[in-house]
Amino acid sequence: MSKKYDFAKRQDWLGLLAVAPQAEVSDGLDRLGLSPAFTWLRKPQIGSVMVRGRQGGTGAPFNLGEMTVTRASLTLEDGRVGHGYVQGRALQKAEHCALIDALMQGEEATRIADQILEPIAKSLAAQKAETAGKAAQTKVDFFTMARGED
Amino acid sequence: MEAAVLSGGFSDPALQSARAFRAIMDAMARPGRTYILDGGHGPDGLSRAAASAVLTLCDPDTGLYLAPSHDTPDLRRWVTFHTSAPLVSQSEASFALGAWDSLSPLDPYPIGTPEYPDRSTTLIVERAGLGDGVAVRLSGPGIETTQDAHLPDAGPFVRNAALYPLGVDALFTSEDQVMALPRSTQVEVL
Repeated sequence: MSKKYDFAKRQDWLGLLAVAPQAEVSDGLDRLGLSPAFTWLRKPQIGSVMVRGRQGGTGAPFNLGEMTVTRASLTLEDGRVGHGYVQGRALQKAEHCALIDALMQGEEATRIADQILEPIAKSLAAQKAETAGKAAQTKVDFFTMARGED
Repeated sequence: MEAAVLSGGFSDPALQSARAFRAIMDAMARPGRTYILDGGHGPDGLSRAAASAVLTLCDPDTGLYLAPSHDTPDLRRWVTFHTSAPLVSQSEASFALGAWDSLSPLDPYPIGTPEYPDRSTTLIVERAGLGDGVAVRLSGPGIETTQDAHLPDAGPFVRNAALYPLGVDALFTSEDQVMALPRSTQVEVL
C-alpha cells in the first residue's frame, strides 16, 4: 500500500519532495532544462525540528526526537514563491525543492508532475513494496486449532 | 503570496545579526546615544532599524505585539516568515512595535515581577526622526554625567524609571538609527 499523490495539491508535491532522493530531484530539473533565475528570500539553512507523535494516533502528544531539516525559500523573477523543506543536511536539495515548488505554481506544473514527481513517486512506492515484500516472506501466521471443548 | 512581502531578511544572517545585536547592545549600554542599526528591511512603513531589531531579537519564544499603526497583513506575514514569533496582545508581549501614539499608554505592558524583572516588554518605537519631540536630560548607568536626548513624550518614561527594577525598556528607531532608553535611566524634562 503506498500513498496516492495528487499533484494538483501543494501539500502533496511538497510532501513527496521532502522524502525524495536528492539525485532524482536534481536530475529531473536537469532533464527538463529548468534552471530559472531566482533570488533568495531565505538562503538554505540547516536546523532541527522536534518530531512529535501520539500513541495510537489518539493519545497524548509526546516528543519522539529531533531530526535535522534543511529549508530554503526563493522567488522567481515573475514573483512566484517557492519553499523547500527537506530532511537531513541537504542544502542543494532544499534549493531544488524550492525551485520545483515555485515552478509547480505555474505553467510548468504538468510537465514537472509527469516527468519528475510521478517517476519519483513510482520508484519510492516500488522500494517500499520491495521492503514490504521481503518482510512479508518471514511473516508467521499464528492460529489456534479447534480445541474441541465439547 | 507576493515575494515583496517576504523579502528583506538578512542576506548574511550570521554576520548581520551579530552586528545588529552589537548595535542594540551598545545603544542599551549608552542610553540616549544614537547608533547605526541596519541590514534588514521590511514592508513599507517599517524602518530599516526596526526591521533589523525585529529580525535580531524576535524568535518563536518571544511574543510580539503590533500596535494598530503597524498591524498590517503584510507586516504580520513578514514577521511570521522571518522570525516565527507569535503575535500576541499587549499583556503577553516580550516586544511591542509601533508608533508612539499607537503604543502608549504603557500601563498594559508587563513590567516584570520582583523575582523575574526580565519578564517585561521591550518597546520598539518607530519615530520620524530621533531629534524630534520633547527635549530631556538623561542620567544614570551608562551615562558619565548627563546626556541630552529627545523623546516622543516624557511623563510615561519618568514614571517608568520610578518603577525600577521593574519597568519596560525602549528602543527608538528611525531609518537606520537606533537609540535606547532602558528602565534604569532617569529622565528629566528640560
